[in-house]
Amino acid sequence: MHPAFSVIFLTTLIGVGQGLFLALYTGQVYSLIHVLPTQAEGGFYAGGSALALLFLIAGLVASFFHLGHPERAWRSAAKWRTSWLSREVIVLPSFMGTVFLYAAVHYTGWNPQVATLGESLPLDLSLVIGAAGTALCFALFICTAMIYACLKFLQEWHSPLTVINYLLLGSASGFTLAAAFSVYSAPEMVRFYGTWAMIITFAGLVTRSASLLRNARLKPKSTLQTAIGVRHVQVAQKAQGFMGGSFNTREFFHGKPASLLRSIKWLFLLAAFAMPLLLLGGGLSSAAGAFFSAAFLTQYAGLLAERWFFFAQANHPQNLYYQAIS
Amino acid sequence: MTQLALVIDLNVCVGCHACVTSCKEWNTSGPAGAMSDDRPYGADPTGTFFNRVQTYEVGCFPKTETVHFPKSCLHCEEPPCVPVCPTGASYKRKEDGIVLVDYDKCIGCKYCSWACPYGVREIDEHQKVMKKCTLCVDRIYDLSLPEAERKPACVMACPTSARLFGDVHDPESAVSEAIRESGGYQLMPEWGTKPSNHYLPRRKTQIRIHTDELIRADNPLKKERQLPQPDKNEPSLDDVTSW
Ligand code: SF4
Ligand code: SF4
Ligand code: SF4
Repeated sequence: MHPAFSVIFLTTLIGVGQGLFLALYTGQVYSLIHVLPTQAEGGFYAGGSALALLFLIAGLVASFFHLGHPERAWRSAAKWRTSWLSREVIVLPSFMGTVFLYAAVHYTGWNPQVATLGESLPLDLSLVIGAAGTALCFALFICTAMIYACLKFLQEWHSPLTVINYLLLGSASGFTLAAAFSVYSAPEMVRFYGTWAMIITFAGLVTRSASLLRNARLKPKSTLQTAIGVRHVQVAQKAQGFMGGSFNTREFFHGKPASLLRSIKWLFLLAAFAMPLLLLGGGLSSAAGAFFSAAFLTQYAGLLAERWFFFAQANHPQNLYYQAIS
Repeated sequence: MTQLALVIDLNVCVGCHACVTSCKEWNTSGPAGAMSDDRPYGADPTGTFFNRVQTYEVGCFPKTETVHFPKSCLHCEEPPCVPVCPTGASYKRKEDGIVLVDYDKCIGCKYCSWACPYGVREIDEHQKVMKKCTLCVDRIYDLSLPEAERKPACVMACPTSARLFGDVHDPESAVSEAIRESGGYQLMPEWGTKPSNHYLPRRKTQIRIHTDELIRADNPLKKERQLPQPDKNEPSLDDVTSW
């Protein structure tokens, strides 16, 4: 497929936003059950979720560049029963709204206790909103990934690994950002976020490598023989029906040499996984804050390359029909 | 239930592209607006088409066969392009099974084109909406046309009658008969899309002629006799007398 920059930015930016929100809420829940020192309320969570919201908004803005008719975007909520894209269009704003409420509750400090869990755990409003946000956050990861994973003829995408990778890669970048953010706003949380960022990044490396291995062994189900229905071992296209380009020759092929694809693969393995792991490790052992910011910037750049590769690698069966100009 | 479709006879198609130009002519003049072209006379022309005719070579030289292969939306019975559309702009009509795009609802997200394995949906770069074959839905029901012309423009244009149009769910229709009798098949059956358009395969047309069919061996009434066969070296007045 031809990687569209609007979609690359959409998926990576909302991934960071989602991961950051998950990190914040995990931090809050951990402090509630006293695994972590209790946090100064307002500043950290409000600031962090505002930052997450910024990433989500940036992703949403990027997505509009993908549409031919952005002014009609509201229509795309119509077919949520059948279309994962439609579901994403509903879940993304709901999630953004919830993150906003979460930020607002922490910012204003208006946080009444709404229930008690068991005997002694007080549940305040922010925890309830956060739980809803977490559910929406996972739903959003699933919707985004299923847009690609549900297309069965794009065999590179049609796998549960696609969903797992979106989940882990988004969370990894979010946790890394949380570590970088807490350096400045809540230094006692740095170790917690840094460690989790390393764990999730490593898990992402494992599952992304698994999908690379899987895709390397894929055998295309469609061939030129099934495409035109002629059973002969020797079939070659002599003319595709037009001399210039068309939507079909532009949208479904990245147009880059295979060597570039290979370099991008190694680049993203390095930048999205190996380097952030080293930098996070360096940050955790030296306690120098700049390591975490560097880790996030490298990882985000790496994820841009990863997403480019994700699209470029998918081989659409329609390309069988567009092999020779004349 | 009705399922309108095309049946394309690859044994007959000569790859003349008349169906392509006729399709474009009809559909670019319709109420839905032009099918836009860019740089039509430039070095790198591009444009929106519903129908393309491709050419394939089958076999190894010198034993090759050329197959001309027209391709347009197949109006699948299980169209994967329809459920993925977030707006409902892509839909399949209940009454006749035609798959259509509502240009007023389409947001131009291109997702449906990703979901079609056949590469027959094309975005209009100027109107920014997804376009594809409509089976000339604005012709086939037009009562102001004579009945014989209520067919898709490509079918009307085809000089070899390689394109048949009709209801593939009606076992009595000409298209169903052609599919049944001539081994009609579907493209990429592996994806379960159940295309409604079918293709008729190439057939070997052979005739075996024996010498006694050229020269009558039995001639019971002696009405004919062998024509004189002068020697090749004899002078002749014209070609007629020299056998
Ligand atoms: S050929 Fe493609 S566009 Fe047409 S109905 Fe089938 S899947 Fe949809
Ligand atoms: S491009 Fe138009 S018809 Fe296709 S999926 Fe998007 S909204 Fe639907
Ligand atoms: S008009 Fe008929 S013969 Fe000519 S390319 Fe089209 S289908 Fe083939």
